[in-house]
Amino acid sequence: MAKKSISANRNMGQILRWLVLFGGGVLMVMPIAYMISTSLKWPHEVYNVNLIPVEPTLDNYMFVLEDGRFYMWFINSGIIAVLTTISNLLFDSLVGYTLCKFKFPGRTIVFIAILSTLMIPTEMLVIPWYLMSQSFGWLDSYWGIMFPGLMTGFGTFLMKQFFETVPDDFIEAARIDGLNELQIWWTVALPLVKPALAALAIFVFLGNWTAFLWPLIVTNSTEMYTIPVGLSGFGDEADVAWELIMTGAAISTIPTLIVFLIFQRFIIRGVVMAGLKG
Amino acid sequence: MSIYRNLTIKQKQIVWAWTFLAVPVVFYSVIRFYPTGTAILISFQDWNLLGARTWTGFDNYIKLWNDPVFWKVFRNTFAYLLIGTPVSLVLSFVIAYHLDKVRFMHGFMRMLYFLPFMTSAVAMAWVWRWFYQAVPIGLFNNVLASFGIAQIEFLNSTTNALPAVLAPAVWAGLGFQVIIFMAGIRAIPTSYYEAARIDGVGWWVVLTQITLPLLRPTIVFIVVFSSIGFLRIFDHVFNMTTNNPGGPLNATKPLVLMIYDTAFNSFNMGYAAAQTVVLFTILMCVSLIQLRLLRSS
Repeated sequence: MAKKSISANRNMGQILRWLVLFGGGVLMVMPIAYMISTSLKWPHEVYNVNLIPVEPTLDNYMFVLEDGRFYMWFINSGIIAVLTTISNLLFDSLVGYTLCKFKFPGRTIVFIAILSTLMIPTEMLVIPWYLMSQSFGWLDSYWGIMFPGLMTGFGTFLMKQFFETVPDDFIEAARIDGLNELQIWWTVALPLVKPALAALAIFVFLGNWTAFLWPLIVTNSTEMYTIPVGLSGFGDEADVAWELIMTGAAISTIPTLIVFLIFQRFIIRGVVMAGLKG
Repeated sequence: MSIYRNLTIKQKQIVWAWTFLAVPVVFYSVIRFYPTGTAILISFQDWNLLGARTWTGFDNYIKLWNDPVFWKVFRNTFAYLLIGTPVSLVLSFVIAYHLDKVRFMHGFMRMLYFLPFMTSAVAMAWVWRWFYQAVPIGLFNNVLASFGIAQIEFLNSTTNALPAVLAPAVWAGLGFQVIIFMAGIRAIPTSYYEAARIDGVGWWVVLTQITLPLLRPTIVFIVVFSSIGFLRIFDHVFNMTTNNPGGPLNATKPLVLMIYDTAFNSFNMGYAAAQTVVLFTILMCVSLIQLRLLRSS
């Protein structure tokens, strides 16, 4: 009898824990939910605190997309995020692989040098980068937005850690089979660290999609803005209503949310890997 | 090609390694190290981007020391750090600790907490800025009004603005920390818990004698990671106060926003560079403390 009431208590505790956590979780997604709900509301309904729009409409999306600018910023951000991701995957993995699997003079110095870049904050570099971009004519161009992030010390370090799990025997065997070093990296080593590549791809893509400070500095024409820079200026226009700002915010956020919902497990595992390794 | 063929295997490895590293080494030298030197150099100069660069020695640093705005900004930056880090640490641990024990709809619950981490700071700053508006616009004040509670000035108040800007920053980073904590909790061998259960030890002792000590590396990582994040706070602050960057009387202005203003609105490059060197020094100290803490564990 006593045993039964303990387990009943435990069940009550479990249910209570679940309910409190669920309530907290709902609060966590509330801002995102309100952003989407408001983007679907008619102007007269915006200041109603109801989460569910009475008469949902895609009018705001039509308006914002017909304006043309969001479409442009979206494309800019997409191109920049994809290209920097590809560059990081190639170079970070190549450098990480070289530092892990080759014995050569200068290896330690290169590794320490790359690792030490993790300590240099971007904020310190934006002024020199700006001067550099100015003298080379990179201001207001895709290249200007992208060049600082083409490789990262974080990515190199992450990849090096993962190449350490690839047995040297595999690489030796490939050498005996007559593959050259570039082929070994590409066909033997890279496929073995696919989870790490996926984690790195997610981080770099998300980081560049949401990057704000450097794109804000290096761009100055509306056509070259990335989506965060564009959204920031769009919100500031005096005649813009909140439902349109929420629509813009939703346009910049929904793609990453969709990617997350599809690759959820993968992304969470990637976060854990990067967090514990990095 | 024939020269390459005559090399020993060891020499070939060296050739390959430096071939692979050639472009990255140039990249890191030109895009990371050279600019670091430039920033330090400019911090000793007076330059408005158009005119001549003149050497001024430590003038920029002396000016910074005597600038009341800098000290206000310095206090703000550390307020973000000293409120933000402990709050997000405790919240994320409590959430992770309980979330770990939930079985029913575990994946869904985890998703709810993680979702904000996938949003962009700029978009969410605008969402929260809308929440903070006065009636009839802002959500928070509308809710308060419906309960007949007095309105709260969020962003236009010198006392409320900083916490109001900090809240979305904490909110956005929480999911990441929860996931890292959950991974840390999972990594603790169950045999410790089984031994504790056999000994009939209460949950509080288990928590303080087993779970927390074994989570030390995770806690150190999260503290340093979020400290660096709060010291570099910019996107949230800038976007929530664009009409008046830095809030009323600089109430919310962090160091990075001051750097941005000095360099790209006032074009005072030398002064801005000196501010970046200060930020660099602070971040460096945080990283060194991290290394020390991790080594001693």
